[in-house]
Amino acid sequence: MVAIIDYGVGNLFSLKSSLSFINVDAVVTSDPSVIASASHIILPGVGAFPDAAAKLKATGLIDVIKAEVAGGKPLLGICLGMQMLCSKSFEYGECEGLDFVPGEVVDMTPELPDGLKVPHIGWNALRFKGEKSELYKYVNEGDCVYFVHSFYAKADADCITATTEYGIELTASIENGNVYGTQFHPEKSGKVGLNILRAFCEIGGKA
Amino acid sequence: MITKRIIPCLDVKNGRVVKGINFEGLGDVNDPVTLGRYYSDNGADELVFYDITASAEGRALFTDILTEVAKTIFIPLTVGGGINEVSDFERVLSCGADKVSVNSGAIRNPDLIGDAAKRYGDQCVVISIDAKRVDGVFRVFAKGGRENTGMELIEWVKRCVGSGAGEVVLNSIDTDGVKKGFDLEMLEAVCNVVNVPVIASGGAGNMKDFVTLFKTLPKVDAGLAASIFHFGEVAIPDLKKELAANGITMRL
Repeated sequence: MVAIIDYGVGNLFSLKSSLSFINVDAVVTSDPSVIASASHIILPGVGAFPDAAAKLKATGLIDVIKAEVAGGKPLLGICLGMQMLCSKSFEYGECEGLDFVPGEVVDMTPELPDGLKVPHIGWNALRFKGEKSELYKYVNEGDCVYFVHSFYAKADADCITATTEYGIELTASIENGNVYGTQFHPEKSGKVGLNILRAFCEIGGKA
Repeated sequence: MITKRIIPCLDVKNGRVVKGINFEGLGDVNDPVTLGRYYSDNGADELVFYDITASAEGRALFTDILTEVAKTIFIPLTVGGGINEVSDFERVLSCGADKVSVNSGAIRNPDLIGDAAKRYGDQCVVISIDAKRVDGVFRVFAKGGRENTGMELIEWVKRCVGSGAGEVVLNSIDTDGVKKGFDLEMLEAVCNVVNVPVIASGGAGNMKDFVTLFKTLPKVDAGLAASIFHFGEVAIPDLKKELAANGITMRL
């Protein structure tokens, strides 16, 4: 069973539906005992970093998540949920992240060539980095996934498993041990996205 | 590089997909869930569901259908029609919509875009505009293109984006249903003043019209159409292959 962390940020309907669609049992929850009994954890998120980080902190679930990850449970952060896996963010001032993946979340705007719109919205192609991630076992380099974001994770190069090209190279996914993160929305990325979710739910035995 | 998007629009009335020619003479096409799934499996990059029902019963039926669509279709869903208050955003977002398109609601209530953008983020708020030339000036029309608001298009689009609209759908009433191509002149005028995605709507009759659109106006992010897709005159996979063959970045 997959625990989707509910901390009052964003709409979890599609994420839950997409897991049901691939026959994975998923629960939207903020209950520590449910999270502890889950085989996999997903940390979603949309909106601004400081607001989401404050809301997550207010749930008191950070220690629970950290303990489960330390115990080897696979964790997937999606979009802002991925950014929160990093050490810190500079969205509306400096703000601490969960620090699962060394790196900083920065505004892409000053780095982009002229004429490119922010947010980076739409379908863009995956470029794999380093050894192919477990997340991508059912997808191919060049497959497109759906992005909506204005900030991106400048993570340690060793932790970046895919990038996407938007005038500059933007981080598409990160990984550190049993912690995974996708900047894109797998639950909105059609069959490719469903295959990425399926691969995540198969890590360490089926969810 | 980010791909150009092809977006079929499904107008829904009393639970069925319809399409008007110049907004009149509606004809039944198909079931929204079946059509939505068909398009999602056949290359659509996004779907727009437009609720053209007037009654409360129809609205509730639309929400039920939207929920069914969102349970089985995992590409971005935009919903429009009958969006007059922030509570309407909540109503459709909770059913699985990703973006909400406002049109007449934003004309009636100047605070709607700003309030919704603050609550759900700019990326969630789409301003949809019906515009038409009146004595050589682009004017904004309300109520499905029937009523001239007197507002000038460029001023209106700037105001909407300034308030927080994260995307613009521009439907030219002059070219809609005529099938002689998109309104490049009107689109260019809008592209020149905004830095958010612009979606072209109204006028596509064949694949060449999309090639011309993206070749002539590289700033346009997406092309939207209805009947040419619904009646099989243009198959989206063929269209995307044709665009890619013309050097336009597509998700194939």
